[in-house]
Amino acid sequence: MLNWLQSIGHRTFNRFSRVGRGSLFLWQCLLSLSYVFTKPMLLVRQLYSVGVQTLLIILVAGLFVGMVLALQAYIVLVDFGAEESISLMVSLSILRELGPVFTGLLFAGRAGSALTAEIGLMKSTEQLSGMEMMAVNPMKYIIAPRFLAGVISVPLLTSIFMAIAILGGYFVAIEMLGIYEGVFWSQMQTKVDFYEDLMNGMIKSLVFGFVVVWIAVFEGYDCVPTSEGLGQATTRTVVHGSLAVLGLDFLLTALMFNV
Amino acid sequence: MNTRNLEITVGAFVVLAVLAMVMLSLKVSNLSSYGAAGNVYEIQAQFENIGGLKVRSPVSAGGVRVGKVADISYNNKQFTAVVTMQLEGAYQFPLDTSASILTAGLLGEQYVGLEPGGDEEYLVQGGEIELTQSALVLEQVIGQFLFSKAQETQGE
Repeated sequence: MLNWLQSIGHRTFNRFSRVGRGSLFLWQCLLSLSYVFTKPMLLVRQLYSVGVQTLLIILVAGLFVGMVLALQAYIVLVDFGAEESISLMVSLSILRELGPVFTGLLFAGRAGSALTAEIGLMKSTEQLSGMEMMAVNPMKYIIAPRFLAGVISVPLLTSIFMAIAILGGYFVAIEMLGIYEGVFWSQMQTKVDFYEDLMNGMIKSLVFGFVVVWIAVFEGYDCVPTSEGLGQATTRTVVHGSLAVLGLDFLLTALMFNV
Repeated sequence: MNTRNLEITVGAFVVLAVLAMVMLSLKVSNLSSYGAAGNVYEIQAQFENIGGLKVRSPVSAGGVRVGKVADISYNNKQFTAVVTMQLEGAYQFPLDTSASILTAGLLGEQYVGLEPGGDEEYLVQGGEIELTQSALVLEQVIGQFLFSKAQETQGE
């Protein structure tokens, strides 16, 4: 009984110390960001492995999400004779919710896990401590470029996701369901607001990117340097990253679209 | 991968994202209509009841969209709803223009319809439309109809 009580306290303290280390880590990382601007090639290399390599899954996912949304919207709206509003339903749900959330989830799965595994392996093979021995700060050289690349990539990927999803919806609506092209675009333009819908979606994606990348690099940096610890850290990145995206999405939606 | 190829792929990625953003802002959202935002003027109108009118609802004259509803507030002295409309500068309306709140279709969205009068002077920034007609509230119309029907049968 006493042992059980003790283990609760122990775990609680562990949680708090993780949160504390995570926050300190973020602070150090933000302080090291200025170094990246003096060495832009570090950033470009990470933009490639974090952003460009996630592009394919984003394109495919976006296309199919847009197409499915258009089909489903048609099934419901045709009963009310409002099938012209397909474009409105597709564009608003993509811009406000699905674009940022899907990109955040896919990014956590594709790039976040890769980041954690990469940094974690560097730690377990003692490359990070090797760097410190050579007076190279791994925070500046390894962590900061990856962090910045992630924060930049997610909004870029989100805008690509949104565009391709709307093109997918357009394809289904015009080619398969026979909606008039002019009606499709004009319905969208009259109701979708640049600031209210598009910009709020982009702000969401910026927040998601920040949080997911923070979790990913921290889990890698903080992992137990064994093969098992590395596996756990990678899993935690995907699980915590996805949950953070979904939870924050609810919060941001409640704030932005004052319901 | 060598540095040059790396730069090219990352550059292509960024360009693609920028193109996507341009398409979203110009083709999907109403950013293009903000372009004329420098040339607009605001007028006000007071209604007894605005029904389901919302901010950003269209303002049209003769079926042509000439502006949008910029703000809705309540005048607590005269107990009327104050609707501020933002009209495009290219369109001008006489002082005795009347405004009414109409519904597009039977269940469609509500909009402000402007009916130009014959005055020689035009509405300018900050002007007010005096002649207004409230929204048609379906419950009130049905209530009136039933009331008059009941009176008819009593009279017989």
